[in-house]
Amino acid sequence: MTSVATTDLVRGGRSTRTTIALKLTMAVSGLVFVLWVLAHMYGNLKAFAGHDAFDEYAGHLRTMGQPIFPHAGALWIIRAILVVAIVAHVTSAVILWRRAEGARTTRYQVKKNKHSSLSSRTMRWGGLALLLFIAWHLINFSAPRVNVTGGSTADPYDLVVDSFSTWWLTLVYLVAMLALGMHIRHGFWSACQTLGWTSTTRARHRAKSAGIFLAVLIAGGFSLVPIFVLAGVITK
Amino acid sequence: MTLTLKIWRQADAAAEGRLHTYQLDEVSPDMSFLEMLDVLNEQLNAAGEEPVAFDSDCREGICGMCSLMINGEAHGPEVTTTCQLHMRSFADGDTITIEPWRAAPFPVLKDLVVDRSAFDRIIQSGGYISVNTGAAPDAHAIPVPKQNADRAFDMATCIGCGACVAACPNGSASLFVGAKVTHLGELPQGQAERDHRVVNMVAQHDHEGFGGCTNIGECAAACPKEIPLDVISQLNRDLRAAMRHGH
Repeated sequence: MTSVATTDLVRGGRSTRTTIALKLTMAVSGLVFVLWVLAHMYGNLKAFAGHDAFDEYAGHLRTMGQPIFPHAGALWIIRAILVVAIVAHVTSAVILWRRAEGARTTRYQVKKNKHSSLSSRTMRWGGLALLLFIAWHLINFSAPRVNVTGGSTADPYDLVVDSFSTWWLTLVYLVAMLALGMHIRHGFWSACQTLGWTSTTRARHRAKSAGIFLAVLIAGGFSLVPIFVLAGVITK
Repeated sequence: MTLTLKIWRQADAAAEGRLHTYQLDEVSPDMSFLEMLDVLNEQLNAAGEEPVAFDSDCREGICGMCSLMINGEAHGPEVTTTCQLHMRSFADGDTITIEPWRAAPFPVLKDLVVDRSAFDRIIQSGGYISVNTGAAPDAHAIPVPKQNADRAFDMATCIGCGACVAACPNGSASLFVGAKVTHLGELPQGQAERDHRVVNMVAQHDHEGFGGCTNIGECAAACPKEIPLDVISQLNRDLRAAMRHGH
């Protein structure tokens, strides 16, 4: 245990070097992800329109922006933004996590949580779980692509149907969507608070409600395709 | 009332501490929590043991000196300070665990007493307005809209007890800093130093070793003065403004 607290005063503090600057980085990158998952979820729902519509959409992702951008140019710009956002988000989170650990080196023998939601208290481990899920998800559907039934990976629609016909893989995705929903539920309102948009009670309640709405919309929307594939509604 | 008390005992800042169990009989429900500890200390004195060290001063809920984590809640189960908490909030036969505030910037000095001078340094780094001395100006020389005056007053009720830090899983003092920044930022007199204030106070907060805020809200729930989470948004907003202004 530290026996003496610091006694010196900081001179020449900079706003950009504060913990709040790290939180702002997390808020902005987090909102980028929210926009991204909304678009991604919309694209997934094309599976309900059948094989051709879904594959055409997958192909269109590569041709969008042409001829101003080269083939898959717009897609690569989006990917670059996402990579920058995830590096910024995770790096800031790790720095703040370490700070928080250092700020309470002796734990309480008894500690009650009076107000905080489960979502808010699972942001860090939940975020790590999501990071693992994203890694698997990219291996599954982007590169190198894995078909757990042993079938072909050439056709996007068929790969989706094969994957979610496998009950345990569907379960993995549904659990991941629960984690995503919880992360967005607290993350969205927390981002609004960090950006200074919730300086009244009313604004705070609105941001929290919007967080719950987005969480249900996104996690629910993503869950539809796996559930309907497993139920046999979406088939090859 | 008969109580079992588990109290953190630590001889000094360098010593290892541990929970010590005491039995206390004939506690009146009308006693304040600190009076209950006074009774315990009288017994300890009589038995030739070292009394339990704890902070207290005004004992009327306005000075911010008392603290104590009581059964895992800062200032105990009611929305008030420990000195204004009464034993009627507990039941006969209860076991009560009493620990000091836990935060690296609040090192334990002895038993339940922690060093909260980190808060003083945060105030010193920006929690003030600069005014010229001399004759007092007319009270109505600078008009303040009622809305602003009310909000400033509400946030000025922060007594700097540190319950927000104690309750926060990140050991963050954002509610405290937010209350001070909001209080002064609502008033015309606070505008001149507004950007410097927020940057310097947050820089000092970080330097002291407090954690970052994750907006989970345990601080506002623990605050005996009911400072709302709004002030943390205001703090972030002010910092962002200072950022735009190049500070």
